[in-house]
Amino acid sequence: MIALENVSVRLSGASVVDGVSLTVPDRGWTTLIGANGAGKTSLLRAVAGLVAHTGSIALDGRESSRLRAPERGRMVAVVPQSPLLPADMTVTEYVLLGRTPHLGYLGRAGRRDMQAVDVAIGRLALRPLAPRRLDELSGGERQRAVLARAIAQEAPILLLDEPTTALDVGRQQEVLELVAELRAERGLVVLAAMHDLTLAGQYAESLVLLDAGRVAAEGPASEVLTEELIARHYRARVRVERIGETPVVLPAPREVAAR
Amino acid sequence: MSGGVTSRWWLGGAAALVVAVLAGLGVGPAGIAPGAIAGELLSRLPVVHAGRPLGRLDATVLWELRAPRVALGALVGAMLACAGGAYQAVFRNPLADPYLLGVAAGAGLGATAAIAYAGGGELLPLAAFAGATAAVTAAYLLGRSVGGRATATLILAGVAVAAFATAAQSFVLQQNADSVQSVYAWLLGRLSTSGWSDVLLVMPYVAVSLAVIVAHRRALDVLRVGDEEAASLGVPVARVRFAVVAAATLGTAAAVAVSGLIGFVGIVIPHAVRLLAGTSYRVVLPLAGLLGAAFLVLADVVARTALSPAELPIGVVTAFVGAPFFVVVLRTTRMAGP
Repeated sequence: MIALENVSVRLSGASVVDGVSLTVPDRGWTTLIGANGAGKTSLLRAVAGLVAHTGSIALDGRESSRLRAPERGRMVAVVPQSPLLPADMTVTEYVLLGRTPHLGYLGRAGRRDMQAVDVAIGRLALRPLAPRRLDELSGGERQRAVLARAIAQEAPILLLDEPTTALDVGRQQEVLELVAELRAERGLVVLAAMHDLTLAGQYAESLVLLDAGRVAAEGPASEVLTEELIARHYRARVRVERIGETPVVLPAPREVAAR
Repeated sequence: MSGGVTSRWWLGGAAALVVAVLAGLGVGPAGIAPGAIAGELLSRLPVVHAGRPLGRLDATVLWELRAPRVALGALVGAMLACAGGAYQAVFRNPLADPYLLGVAAGAGLGATAAIAYAGGGELLPLAAFAGATAAVTAAYLLGRSVGGRATATLILAGVAVAAFATAAQSFVLQQNADSVQSVYAWLLGRLSTSGWSDVLLVMPYVAVSLAVIVAHRRALDVLRVGDEEAASLGVPVARVRFAVVAAATLGTAAAVAVSGLIGFVGIVIPHAVRLLAGTSYRVVLPLAGLLGAAFLVLADVVARTALSPAELPIGVVTAFVGAPFFVVVLRTTRMAGP
């Protein structure tokens, strides 16, 4: 479980996250949405312990700021928006880095670690690519490698920052389906940030709409993805259709919106 | 990288060092036969009662002239190559070398001052060591006081300190033109020793420094994905960086103090290792240490013999022999590579 209470983040004096309180229950999936600069990434970085914050962030009941770095690494795995992939590192070597928080300061990887790496590689269908260099992978394959690293970390909490940016529609679905399956298998808690509102609504149980660092709306997709809320907080013209229960957000040029 | 490939490189590195050491012990103007040296080495082994000791004069040449020089070359070569690899890892910059943060300029200023004002001698290594550590400490404090993006600021502070120290060195040289010759010789590097004292002087620094760097090789692999991701994987990034830079700097300063400025080793050996054996620092750092030691011992053999009885500055040899060697490595691995 992730429980945030009155969390604020200031960067170079400017407030980027301002008094956010939210809870992601066990086995829950919450996705942060909001315009560029709304504070989604900063909030994720605060949860990951990568930026100083005020207020309280409890990870499975333990106050995040009191955790030592390796302890936090065993609890929270991060899939960053644009990960730095060392060109000449192999997929296996890269996935093995996910075991770092389990190894201690100078420790070496043991059989248990290699097993976790093997499972993660198999789970993300990377086995044929395991000996390949990271710069030989396609965008979708890279994203799977990053996800495999996070899975090898075996942390109960998974943070995803724009996991589908730069992927085609098929790879977007593939990655999110994988996260959904892993969440079901391993009982992960997922907190993501996404730009594609329709996709966000399809996979998350709960959406949190941020605007200027504050929570503007939260709840199931059907309540948050409304034309009024999106118009107000994204300054965008959209139409929201529904396929079954799920809202589909369509960008609407002026003439379409007027129709 | 499979274990088999890696262990083959360990064996290769160890073999290269053994060959280099034997060449270093065996080659020299005194002309001691290789068989006699083998006999002497065997006779020195405990428990095994084999071999035949050398005569007194040859034994003195071997143990008081050649052996300390080989040991010094191995220590300095291992230190420079390993420190170079460590700097490249910490600063995520393939062009970083152990002289990056002002070690060379600081040591140069110290050595120049010692030669100009005290006639060099006993004081020289101490002055070079003090100059080197003072320069890097100044760069580090300067970088911290400015703040900002840690690594870039630190490198720029190093550039500023190095420029300042070089200017001061030039000033001292201008005032003492008669010492130009000896300062120049020191700048090009040399391994001439006064018996074992220089070896014993640098040994503790090099041992501790190598141990610290090699112990951090896994953490340095994690740093390759960037500071923030390394932090999210539980690596105390600032602590790792400080420990590795401090160790590499201290070791380099000690090496420079007894050997002068030997270029090339710190930057090219780690790259050659990467090309040959892969880019993981788990392999690169220890293997660079082994091959750096072998390379410098062999370079010293060339320096001693090429213009015998005169000696070439070893810095000239490392670049003159090393540059073509590196081009060959570069060409073969790039052509055979992926």
